Amino acid sequence: MKPFAYRRADDVAAAVALLSQDRHAVFLGGGTNLVDHLRLGVATPDTLVDVSRLPLDRIEELPGGGLRVGATVRNSDLAADPLVRQRYPVLSQALLSGASGQLRNAATTAGNLLQRTRCVYFQDVTTACNKRDPGSGCSALGGYQRYHAILGASPECTATHPSDMAVAMAALDAVVQVVGPDGERAVPIGDFHRLPGDRPHHDTVLGHGDLVTAVDLPPLPETVRSRYRKVRDRASYAFALVSVAAALDVRDGVVADVRIALGGVAHKPWRASLAEQELRGAPATEDSFRRAAEAELAAAQPVDGNAFKVPLARNTLVATLRELTGGTPR
Amino acid sequence: MRVTFTVNGRPQEADDVWEGESLLYVLRERMGLPGSKNACEQGECGSCTVRLDGVPVCSCLVAAGQVQGRRVDTVEGLAGEDGELSAIQQAFVDAGAVQCGFCTPGLLVAADELLEHNPSPSDGDIREALSGNLCRCTGYEKILDAVRLAAARTGQGV
Repeated sequence: MKPFAYRRADDVAAAVALLSQDRHAVFLGGGTNLVDHLRLGVATPDTLVDVSRLPLDRIEELPGGGLRVGATVRNSDLAADPLVRQRYPVLSQALLSGASGQLRNAATTAGNLLQRTRCVYFQDVTTACNKRDPGSGCSALGGYQRYHAILGASPECTATHPSDMAVAMAALDAVVQVVGPDGERAVPIGDFHRLPGDRPHHDTVLGHGDLVTAVDLPPLPETVRSRYRKVRDRASYAFALVSVAAALDVRDGVVADVRIALGGVAHKPWRASLAEQELRGAPATEDSFRRAAEAELAAAQPVDGNAFKVPLARNTLVATLRELTGGTPR
Repeated sequence: MRVTFTVNGRPQEADDVWEGESLLYVLRERMGLPGSKNACEQGECGSCTVRLDGVPVCSCLVAAGQVQGRRVDTVEGLAGEDGELSAIQQAFVDAGAVQCGFCTPGLLVAADELLEHNPSPSDGDIREALSGNLCRCTGYEKILDAVRLAAARTGQGV
């Protein structure tokens, strides 16, 4: 492990200033991803700025029925929060489907958003990886691709984003609050994570010194039902092969509104806008659900190692929407 | 750097700690508490599970500086001062839930915390609570038996 200095920030301004002074400093949250990467040599900072004790550990109600989730709220606390469970079951379910109890107890909201891909080549410093070492190549191309992207990949990178929480937040149209060297800004979650393109070493649109301080969850109409469904290689404690976060509002048998995000299929939580477009105003039936899923996945570009994800994503999306309609529609 | 924190109810301090050390390393190598085990060092196996401010975490993924001023409880703190085993420890012995023993400390800490906030867990609750603890010997059945046994005994006030 490369030696580094450890600093603890007392407030947000100090944290941002500490990072701005040092190109090779990084923020430390719960540590569940970064401490591992320090040991593996995937991350080699000069300084860790510990932000896990910043006073950002509250879940507050916003005017109009939304919630503001502080950046250092632990995943287990967010999943168990009564208002989250009541208003955003999809988020609570997503959080509880991720990692293990030990990890959820340590991992923070911001850290979860910012966790890095679990691509085996990214985590193995003896292999080429454009995300870890820009320009070195992509070992996943022609390699092990079971967990890799079927949508939005580039010749430089086919990694997937590993978070469950972020998929639910993408479906909820969450807004990420950021404080950086140039002040505060709000980033819609759909714009927060990037597709790899030719710069896969940038997971998000954050610049150096930008600190996530909170995630805002907009209110949902009371008629909306939401759910997270995750398919993985074992029943617990595994990353998603495919996951679906969906919020559905059906009135008189017709889809009044719907939001869908897919996990495990792309470099970012994949908002299924084409499927949503297909569904709005359509009868809430299995036929509509299937057509919507097929519309979204028409652009999928699987490879041999992950071709199964296309039918898996389609069927999981149909099943999730069917569950949200409270039975088996005709 | 110097790190000061409470371990099993006693204030402890360690000097000349290197920033790259984990809580697990500090416990084992500096404080003479080798009960928490070092196996995967990736947060996958749960052998290093301790309670940090009351909640179970993987101590291998906690940077030493992060525990400053906090409360840590390790497997060494489960038994009484006189060496009497706690309910979960005695249940592991009686149910035959220990084979090689390497995963046992982490499982004990995780199971103890489960029973503290959920005295009558369902099998599903037990499985989920222990899903972050890997055992390569037992096949888990005896471990589940042990947690059920501890829950039953505690429920009877034994």
